[in-house]
Amino acid sequence: MAPQGMVKISDTLWELPASFKPGMRVPARFYATEGLLAAMDPAVFEQAANVATLPGIVGYSFCMPDGHSGYGFPIGGVAAFDPDKGVISPGGIGFDINCGMRLVATSLTWPELEPRLRELVDRLFAAIPAGVGGRGFVKISRDEFRAMSEQGLAWCLQKGYALKEDLERTEDGGVAAGADAAAVSEKAVERGYQQIGTLGSGNHYLEIQVARRENIFDRKLAEDLGIRAPNQVLVMFHCGSRGFGHQVATDYLQKFLGVMQPKYHIPCPDRELASAPFASEEGQAYFRAMKCAVNMSFVNRQVILHRVREVFGEVFGRDPLELGMHQVYDVTHNTARLERHTPPGERRPRDLLVHRKGATRAFAPGMEGLPRAYARIGQPVIIGGSMETGSYLLVGTKGGAPTFFTTAHGSGRAMGRQEAKRRFQGRDLVKSMHERGIYVRAASLSGLAEEAGAAYKDIDEVAEATELAGLSRRVAKLVPVGNIKG
Amino acid sequence: MLEGLTRADAAFRAEEADLAGLFRTAWRATLELMLPDPASLQARERRRIALANPAVDLLLFDFLSELVYYKDAEGLLLGLASLAVESSPAGYRLEAEAAGEAADPVRHELGVDVKAVTLHRFAVERTPEGWQATVVLDV
Repeated sequence: MAPQGMVKISDTLWELPASFKPGMRVPARFYATEGLLAAMDPAVFEQAANVATLPGIVGYSFCMPDGHSGYGFPIGGVAAFDPDKGVISPGGIGFDINCGMRLVATSLTWPELEPRLRELVDRLFAAIPAGVGGRGFVKISRDEFRAMSEQGLAWCLQKGYALKEDLERTEDGGVAAGADAAAVSEKAVERGYQQIGTLGSGNHYLEIQVARRENIFDRKLAEDLGIRAPNQVLVMFHCGSRGFGHQVATDYLQKFLGVMQPKYHIPCPDRELASAPFASEEGQAYFRAMKCAVNMSFVNRQVILHRVREVFGEVFGRDPLELGMHQVYDVTHNTARLERHTPPGERRPRDLLVHRKGATRAFAPGMEGLPRAYARIGQPVIIGGSMETGSYLLVGTKGGAPTFFTTAHGSGRAMGRQEAKRRFQGRDLVKSMHERGIYVRAASLSGLAEEAGAAYKDIDEVAEATELAGLSRRVAKLVPVGNIKG
Repeated sequence: MLEGLTRADAAFRAEEADLAGLFRTAWRATLELMLPDPASLQARERRRIALANPAVDLLLFDFLSELVYYKDAEGLLLGLASLAVESSPAGYRLEAEAAGEAADPVRHELGVDVKAVTLHRFAVERTPEGWQATVVLDV
C-alpha cells in the first residue's frame, strides 16, 4: 500500500515528494500501474526515500514496476550520482553483483524438441551444478581466477568457452574495464574460485522456453532478435557472481560502515545503505572490486552457455551452431556504471554513476554501447518471470531517458518465502507443472516451493507496465517447458 | 522464522538466556535453511573459529558469515560442536569448533543457498529474559 503523500504523475508514474522524509535531497519516483503500486510492500517506499537522502543523487530515486523491498535500495531501485560529489553504495548494487539473464536462441521448434525434453533437462541438470555447495567443472588456480576476474569474457574466448559473437551480444562486451583483483579479499577468491559454471539457488534457474506464435508482440523485432520460426525453442538462464560477488559486497559494506560517518560525515539512515564518496580511496577500491565480480558473473553465465551448447549438441547429435544456438543477449541486473546521460531537468549530458539494483539497462535505438546488430532496434531486455508463468523479451526505447534508460528485471515477489513454503509443496508443484507441460528438476524441493508462480506478481502486468511507461517495448513472451532450479 | 521483514529472502528471530545460546541458535537457524535436517550431518571435518569484535551484533554477523564462507569455499555444511562467548571492557570474543561434512545432494535433503548475512534490520539486543537477535539472510 502506497504511503500518504504519494502524488500521481500519470497512470504509470507516482512520486513521493522530497518533503516525505527528512533528509531527502530529491523526490522518489515509482513506475507502476495502480495495481502494481498497491502490491509493493511498505518497505519499498521507505527504502526509496532513504536512497534519496544520499549525497550527490541526481534527479530522482527511482523504483521500477517490479519493485519490492531489498537491503538499502529496494529491488528495482535506480539512482544516479554525480561522480565528483556523490557516493557509491554496495546496497545500491546488491550482494549478487551482476546477477543477470542470458537468452540463447536455437533453430529447433517445440515439436522437434518435445520428444527429447526429459532427456535434455536431465542432462542439463547433471551438467550444470545447482543448489547448496555446487562446484563447477572449471578447475583453475586462485591466481588464474584473479586474472579471469580482471578479463571477463576475454578470458572465456581465450579458453575456448566463448564465441566472439557471444562477447558482442553481452552488455559491455562482457568485460568491465578497470577491474582490479588487488582490491578483492582472499576470502572472496576462496568463496568463488570453484564456483564458475554454477547456477546457485533461490530465484536462479535455467529454462527451456518456447516462443509461441500467439505470444509474439512484434514480429519484425522478434525476427531481428533471432526468433523466426513458429514455436521456436530458446534457453534462458538467471544467475550471478556466486560467493565471490557476495563476499566483495560484504567486505565493502563493512569497510564503508567504518568510514561513512566518522570520516566522510555522511548520515546513514540504514546500515545496508553504507556508502563512500565515489571519488574517495574507499569508493574507488570498491568500484574496482565490484568490476571483478561483474566479470566473474559474465564468465559464470558464459561457462553455463558452453555447457548448454555441449548438452544440446550431444542430445541432438549435431554441432550447437547447426542447432542455431546463438546468444540473443546477456543483461546485468545488479551493477553501478559510469554512463553519460542528460539528467531530468537538465539540457546537456554528463557523466553519472548509475546504480541499478534489480533493474535492467535498456538503451534506446542508436545509443552508444549497443552491439552493431541491435543499434537500430535498441538494447534487448530480458525480464524473467516465475518458473510457472513465463518471461519476456523486450527492447529499450527513447522513452527510457528519465530513468537513465532503465526498466524492470523480473516479476517481483508478491509473497514471502515462508508463506510460499507453507502454501505450496515442492512435490505437488513438480507434479502440477508436469501436468501443464513443464518438466522441472530441482536441487531442493523446499526451495522449489518458495519459487511457486503464485509467490510472484503477474509478469504480464509488469511487462505491460514498462511498455505503458515508455521504459521498454515488448517483443515476445516466452513460456517454459523445461526448468532447472537450484 | 519471521515473516514480513523481507519478501525475497529469509529472516529469523532468536531468543536465548545467554549470548552463547543466542549465537548457537542463530547458527542452527542459518544452517537449517540450507540443510533442513542438521541431524543428517556427520562430523567428518572440523574447523576452529576465533573472532573478536567491539560490537556484539557485528560479532554475530561475522560468526554467521563463517558458516556461509565454509559452505562456498570448501563446500562444507557445519554444525556447532562447541562454542564460548566472552565479554570484556574491550568488547566481545568467541571461540567455536564447527563440525560437519561436504554438502551431498544424495545423502542430504538440501534447502536454499544462503548467499550472505545482511545488516538489514540486523540486531542483537538485551531483553528482560536474556538476549534477542534478529537476522535477515540473503538467499
